[in-house]
Amino acid sequence: MARVVVDVMLKPEILDPQGRAVQGALGRLGVVGVTDVRQGKQFVIELEGEVTDERREQLHAIAAELLCNPVIEDFILVVEEDQ
Amino acid sequence: MRIGVVTFPGSLDDRDAARAVRLAGGEAVALWHGDADLKNVDAVVLPGGFSYGDYLRCGAISRFAPVMSEIVTAAGGGLPVLGICNGFQILCESHLLPGALTRNDHLHFICRDQKLRIEDTTSAWTNDFALGQEILVPLKNGEGCFVADEHTLDELEGEGRVIARYLEVNPNGSRRDIAGIRNARGNVVGLMPHPEHAVEELTGPSTDGLGFFTSILHAVVNA
Repeated sequence: MARVVVDVMLKPEILDPQGRAVQGALGRLGVVGVTDVRQGKQFVIELEGEVTDERREQLHAIAAELLCNPVIEDFILVVEEDQ
Repeated sequence: MRIGVVTFPGSLDDRDAARAVRLAGGEAVALWHGDADLKNVDAVVLPGGFSYGDYLRCGAISRFAPVMSEIVTAAGGGLPVLGICNGFQILCESHLLPGALTRNDHLHFICRDQKLRIEDTTSAWTNDFALGQEILVPLKNGEGCFVADEHTLDELEGEGRVIARYLEVNPNGSRRDIAGIRNARGNVVGLMPHPEHAVEELTGPSTDGLGFFTSILHAVVNA
């Protein structure tokens, strides 16, 4: 068993109106000192069996082609093997 | 003249697009997202809506539909393709057009009659307009903010590939007021507003939208 976690975030130069709205709410709730909020997505993929190099490559390709749009987003993929 | 209109699960404007094709004088051919078959059409319209629920990102899952593989290949060979709203998003996700469409900068869904200026009349879908012509068509989107890096934007402008720009109001924060673009060859066009809703006096704010559909009939005849 393994778990693959993919975090997808808008690139820094892309305006994030959702993050900005959250930042506004934080201010209204009295949270001081917030300089920026960015909102992203997390995909948690549960897998049977081991994550071989081949599977890791396939997952990387899927993250790059489907889970994120490389025009506007970056992703980080982490494999958590079961102990 | 056979113009295909694709229906995805969640398409909304496929019937209006087919109606616009017929009013312009073409034959509308229904295409299904799950069929890798373009039925020998002369051009394709990707209509508006919320294909596959717009889950993940707008157009992201549709891009992998069997019909899209055919369309991407055929577009590379010159098949005219018009993507309206969700269709524009699908074209960007498919990399047939550059850039991406993101959440409106003001976060609200917007629905209004929008004034546009036609800025390129060389494409398969805009040749029936006059350069600089101002038109009025409905606009309705939540994720219509066109973004691309500065280099891509400069390239689009430099090559005359911005086909329409928002006038008076920029309704969604699109960079440089861009409402629609084309590929280098001019056969693939993406447009955020909805010309297919402006084809009859009874139901639209104008009949200006018909120009896109008469353009393609001329383009196909002359091809």
